[in-house]
Amino acid sequence: MTIQFNKETFRDDYSFKNSDWAIQRFPFPFHEDSYMYSVNMEQHRGGPAGSVYEKRFDVDEHYISEMEDRAMVLADDPLRCQSLPHMTLAGWDLLELIMVSKSEDYPDLFELHREGDIWRWINKPMGIDDTFTFLDETTLPYGPMEYITRQTQGDFCVLDQRDDNLWMDAGMVTTQADWSLDFDIGMNFFEWHAPVPLAHEKGIFKRALKFLLNIQQGAPARRLNWTMTVNPLLDTSPENYHKWGIQKTTLTPENIGAKQHLRVELQSFFRLPRSNALVFPIRCYLIAFQDIVKSPKWGRRLHRVIRDLPEELATYKGFIDNRPMMLDFLSKYDDGLPTSPGVFPDNETEPALQK
Amino acid sequence: MSAAPQRAKAGAEKIEVIVSAVLPLNDLVTRFEFKRKDGNRFPTFSAGAHTVVHMRDGDRQRLNPYSLMSDPADTETYAISVRRDDEGRGGSLFMHNNVKVGDAMEITYPVNLFSLDLRAKKHVFLAGGIGITPFMAMIAQLERSSDSWELHYSVRTEALGTYVDQLVSKYPNKVRIYYDDQSQSINLENLLDGQPLGTNVYVCGPKGMIDWVHKTAAAAGWPDANVHSEEFTAPQPGKEFQVRLCRSEKTITVGENESLLEAMEREGVDAPFLCRGGACGQCETNVVSSDGEFIHRDHWLEPDEHGNKIMPCVSRFIGKSLEIDR
Repeated sequence: MTIQFNKETFRDDYSFKNSDWAIQRFPFPFHEDSYMYSVNMEQHRGGPAGSVYEKRFDVDEHYISEMEDRAMVLADDPLRCQSLPHMTLAGWDLLELIMVSKSEDYPDLFELHREGDIWRWINKPMGIDDTFTFLDETTLPYGPMEYITRQTQGDFCVLDQRDDNLWMDAGMVTTQADWSLDFDIGMNFFEWHAPVPLAHEKGIFKRALKFLLNIQQGAPARRLNWTMTVNPLLDTSPENYHKWGIQKTTLTPENIGAKQHLRVELQSFFRLPRSNALVFPIRCYLIAFQDIVKSPKWGRRLHRVIRDLPEELATYKGFIDNRPMMLDFLSKYDDGLPTSPGVFPDNETEPALQK
Repeated sequence: MSAAPQRAKAGAEKIEVIVSAVLPLNDLVTRFEFKRKDGNRFPTFSAGAHTVVHMRDGDRQRLNPYSLMSDPADTETYAISVRRDDEGRGGSLFMHNNVKVGDAMEITYPVNLFSLDLRAKKHVFLAGGIGITPFMAMIAQLERSSDSWELHYSVRTEALGTYVDQLVSKYPNKVRIYYDDQSQSINLENLLDGQPLGTNVYVCGPKGMIDWVHKTAAAAGWPDANVHSEEFTAPQPGKEFQVRLCRSEKTITVGENESLLEAMEREGVDAPFLCRGGACGQCETNVVSSDGEFIHRDHWLEPDEHGNKIMPCVSRFIGKSLEIDR
């Protein structure tokens, strides 16, 4: 396997772009022409070859540039990475999970050599070759969670499990959809989800918590979530809202295809063996509207979903003001033809746009 | 989302193992050790976890949960200790009488319903009889991380003191043994009084002991969250009863010596489960209609759910008719 890593930015000149390969494998989140919350969990045990679901921790062409962006965020704001004192063991669990998974899933990019507690970790794309003692923090340049998540795409919430609840007691969060680890640290599952509209009334969180508490070793799970982002920004944090919020007003009918991005999170859940904690990786994928509509099925469906989305959800996801302009753009790619079920683009079988 | 839809199987993931040692410890308790059949290492587990052991007893499949009591850092070997229950439904008897070194068996991945609170400044363990098993793993884990703990262990007689010698010689200043036949008992009020702030108490033993610890700690002003217990209920025999499974469109009879969950499995109904001891909540099933009386034995359902839900792993029914959503 050879991944050509992009040289690109998620800030300032926004040189981020998806190759045709990345567009094809984009995790489009809508399996039908409408959207409502559900506990849309499934097992995380691979998926179609080449898809983002195939590996335990997907590595793609944005890896190097995403890690550079993370380092910049952390330099400006170290509180994006926090771990309460009792979570260090879970950090080691996470380091082991990622090192083992990546070295097995991408042997040409990552190597892990273990002699008892002496471990050697080689990360070829980032030029890292470190030897350290497992469970001995003094042998790593950062704590175990920070060390490994500076080398792994996606945000990571490490949740302690106790009192029949989950607690946001550690995390690395630099690519988030407008929520703050520094604000949520120490909160339980219901507390950190309190701002979400409609879902509490539907009992979604009670059911989701029950499901998550029961995730067992060897049986990880996953789901998708989504929102909208103007410009390919990874860091849409409340801390930096003054920088990115204003950019939502820069959309015009001329630039919307390039500037407006669908932001999809591939969320997965793994039980950690030593600590019995749960790790919740949240991997963010961005795609410009003009790239989505290259697949006729996705163009038709996205128009219908955005058009019919309840107002509360469009408000919560932060695009209610821009929705009319989005619909003007997307309606050009909806000819009213039916769409095939499922999330994949089906470009070979779906009819071309009829207008 | 339907990237690769896969139906979840009931129960935790399974591991094929070979019995590598059978060590009788005293008249009642035998230790069984397992290695992986494929020669790989076991997954690390967190202390307090259990595994469900699958036993092939003729035509009958028996599944019993046992605490993993080996050192969690030892991924070569898993160990359980089984107390023979002559009055029980036969799982422990099968282990004692039939399981030999070299036998192939299946066990599940570790599942932890009794984990350490890693925030604790100190861990106080209260064990009664075979309830010692999860603490063996907890002690190994805490010794490795240099955390503070102490064990108060109540046994019937010196001869039945499973692992007493080992514990006392290794940790003479952290372990205290109480012998029933010498009228020794844990002075719980005293013990709870004056523990440092941030102490967590864990109890594993007979139901009466667990209730006593919760009650005494609550009376002494301890927060519930600092008092942990694990109690697996073995399914109890009971009168035969019939049940309609409306989703599977089957009517089945639950025999005297099997649980509702086992009867469903025997009939090929894929019902969810994890702990098989009324603790984890995984097998919770809605009652569609009923005319009779439930015998709820689980630790999961709230009293107000007792009319419309049942935990098939341990609970039973007596009456005219029962229909459940499975």
